[in-house]
Amino acid sequence: MIAEKYSKEIEGILARFPTKKSAVLPLMHLAQHEYGYLSEAAKREVAEILDLDPTHVLSLAGFYSLYYEEPVGKYVLEICNDLACALRGADDFVEMASGKLGIPVDATTEDGLFTLKTVMCLGACDRAPMLQCNLRFEENLDEEKFDQLLARLRDEADETAVVPKIISYATRD
Amino acid sequence: MAHLLLRHRDIPDLHKIDVYQAHGGYDGLRKAIAMDPQEVIGVVRSSGLRGRGGAGFPTGVKWSFIPKGPGDKYVVINTDESETGTFKDRELSEKNPHQVIEGAIIAAYAIGAKTIYNYFRGEFMDAGYAMEDAVREAYAAGFLGEDILGSGFSCDFYCHYGAGAYICGEETALINSLQGELGQPWSKPPFPAVEGLYRKPTVVNNTETLANVPLILVNGAEWYTAMGTEKSPGVKIVCMSGHVEKPGNYEVEMGVTYRQLIEMAGGMRGGKKFKALLPSGGSGPVITEKALDAPMTYEGLTPHGSVMGSASVIVMDETTDMVWAALKMLHFFKHESCGKCTPCREGTFWMEKLLHRIYEGHGTLQDVQTLESVANQIGGRTLCALGDFAINPVLSTLKHFPEEYRAKVQGSANGQVKKAAARTAVPS
Repeated sequence: MIAEKYSKEIEGILARFPTKKSAVLPLMHLAQHEYGYLSEAAKREVAEILDLDPTHVLSLAGFYSLYYEEPVGKYVLEICNDLACALRGADDFVEMASGKLGIPVDATTEDGLFTLKTVMCLGACDRAPMLQCNLRFEENLDEEKFDQLLARLRDEADETAVVPKIISYATRD
Repeated sequence: MAHLLLRHRDIPDLHKIDVYQAHGGYDGLRKAIAMDPQEVIGVVRSSGLRGRGGAGFPTGVKWSFIPKGPGDKYVVINTDESETGTFKDRELSEKNPHQVIEGAIIAAYAIGAKTIYNYFRGEFMDAGYAMEDAVREAYAAGFLGEDILGSGFSCDFYCHYGAGAYICGEETALINSLQGELGQPWSKPPFPAVEGLYRKPTVVNNTETLANVPLILVNGAEWYTAMGTEKSPGVKIVCMSGHVEKPGNYEVEMGVTYRQLIEMAGGMRGGKKFKALLPSGGSGPVITEKALDAPMTYEGLTPHGSVMGSASVIVMDETTDMVWAALKMLHFFKHESCGKCTPCREGTFWMEKLLHRIYEGHGTLQDVQTLESVANQIGGRTLCALGDFAINPVLSTLKHFPEEYRAKVQGSANGQVKKAAARTAVPS
């Protein structure tokens, strides 16, 4: 339960705002950091900590695209294929990535390591093709660099149990 | 000319407070707190600084709307940078965070706010972490917290992270999001200056806007108005992307032409011919060769039916299929429509379907007319500007490149579906 495990962090987050409700996005980030995605139980947990109606947390999870409501891979690869990136080859890059991983967009590899997504502008249009892997920027990519990235992540995956997929208030402040 | 905003490009390690201070950092704040708050607002007002998020509202005037006297007030920094083709606030936050922090503290002092929130889009975790490190340094040095520099003025600074929603760049949607609500705009009035965050007077300023403020305090309003043009003074970061040789951020004086900007970015990639550009990310109408000599100012593109906006210039060469480009942008706005206003929510959904059909070569002339008609029913009928933005790429490409739409439709009528140039936009 995040309420116990992160009681100090939660206290710190609550102290920033005059209302409890303002802490809801940070606590959802924290819950996703802990569980890897926002399950029904995780959303209810956040609602309980903040005395919110669970349906409010559910609606926020649906509204904001960075909250995953279903389990996702250990590494979520989010490729921007918006206009500015697409002018520099992002659409072909998505196709290449999908082929390498052997999955379509919005799917997860069988070993549970990678989820592939396409997303809207990430603010790195000058370094396209690019992606974010669990919110870390990987820029100026091509096929070779993508291969290297996958190899690196596969190596790391054996060593690290949980990889944060979202802003981790647990390790800040 | 040395950079004023992207100063980290001239000064290594500028993100560290000792380096920042060694180069005049926090002198603007020192000067400000020795002045009367109204005087500070006066200087920013005289400088003619206008909102760099795209709307161009005079910053000093915005600050002056905050009621004087006691009571809670807030400064909110808008680092929700999500406009397609925009990546300036990310660079400022990561590489020159103290200049943004200093600008925000000056704003807080000027309006009497005791709390600053910096709202980052969730995807800017790294930029936010860099800013958090800088904030800690600023607290330790006595520029934040209780009794700043012995002035009796106290102020806190918190970084906050959204979770993926373009619409939160709209100030009322941002405030709702910060309050733990869905990021949806409200109908103004009330304006945030009167009733904003927690229903208290609030100033929402773009990151780049605030980065200008310390220098204006140090050097004076006249120094600032000497740069740029009369109505659009000062400097601006331009985000160059698309088919140019050297995409990236460029800091320029207001008033340079779009042709000069393309040259600055290394010219057209591979020596190809220029076709069109989007001057303000996805949200402003496209311009063509005719408008390339217009000055980049808040007013410069008015005669050409477009806007400078956030100065996110997406350049397209002769190989670009403009129907494809319009579809890309429309897909963005459909995805990012918050769902509150029916014309935008339903309109963008149906427009994307229609445009997709046309692009795929299955459309008819009637589809093109319907597309235009739906667009005109969205424009001016939504609470925020997203609805107006969404129709710009379609209406402006229809205006400048009607033959490309016609070709797609005629192709379908003849049964000769032509998959056009979308993929030719790939690097060769």
